[in-house]
Amino acid sequence: METMLAVSKSSQFRQGVQAGVSIAIGYMPIALTFGLLAKTTGLSLFETVLMSLIVYAGAAQYISLNLLSLGTGVFEIVLTTFILNIRHFLMSASLNEKVEQDALWKKALYAFGITDETFAVAATKEGTVTTSYMFGLNAISYGSWVISSGIGHLVGASLPQSLQESMSVALYAMFVGLLVPALKKQRKTIWLAGLAAIANSLFLFVFHFSKGWAIVGATLLAAVIVELFYKESGEADCG
Amino acid sequence: MVLMIVGMGIVTYIPRMLPFVVFNGGKMPPFLQGVLKNVPYATLGALIIPGILLINKDIWFGFVGFLSALIAAWLGANVIIVILTAITALSVYSFFM
Repeated sequence: METMLAVSKSSQFRQGVQAGVSIAIGYMPIALTFGLLAKTTGLSLFETVLMSLIVYAGAAQYISLNLLSLGTGVFEIVLTTFILNIRHFLMSASLNEKVEQDALWKKALYAFGITDETFAVAATKEGTVTTSYMFGLNAISYGSWVISSGIGHLVGASLPQSLQESMSVALYAMFVGLLVPALKKQRKTIWLAGLAAIANSLFLFVFHFSKGWAIVGATLLAAVIVELFYKESGEADCG
Repeated sequence: MVLMIVGMGIVTYIPRMLPFVVFNGGKMPPFLQGVLKNVPYATLGALIIPGILLINKDIWFGFVGFLSALIAAWLGANVIIVILTAITALSVYSFFM
């Protein structure tokens, strides 16, 4: 354990911002495209930015546009959003074990900023995750998401097709970059990631789960199986 | 429309916030703690596969991105370099395909 006493709050915030740079870059093409699609679906600039401000969940926002264009009712769209985003419950529960103790309202505030990407960065960080770090990480990611959605709607054009295709790999590459150092350190993580990857593919393609449930199911399955059966000699702690 | 957006926002926020409130302070049973510590790496596995292989109709597109990111990360590159490597590899791939 490292002592955090010497590290000031503002440097923790800055560290969070730095850790979020790759997320911010990765969000740009996705949010730009969202803004553009929202415009073609008939949302005003206000509604587009409002959705990114209030919902702040990429996959759900895309799907809502799709459902709107199909004429789906409001209740069904909200329900679909809920089901898709239940996976964050698991992520928050996991992160809750790792964050520094702080006032509940502060935790409830930065909980708003938990996405697949911010979770991945915070959860794989070495040592404790401080409140200031979370706010820094959220600030740059959220800022990029909201501003890029607005620009996408305003400009009404996204990046050139070829560049956008190449950039669509950015967030996946970030996940790989976060996972690999842990894989090299502990064989246990290979089992965790591998099992979850296989289970997720099975749930999606064989059992036709929705995307949200597939991730929840695969994550839980792998985390429980490894916890039950994997014993590493001399293994004490993970992550 | 605004009502729908607010509804979407509420149902998205609840799962994000609830664990912090419900599990605040209390110590979890050790088994559950172990499972929750496993969650990040399992999540990463599920977030990467199969998603990365499906970003383009051409499955090799995603595969090239995955492999280049994997190699860069394995060689110890930091996350930004891993991302840039994957983007560059795919730009080259798109250029020749």
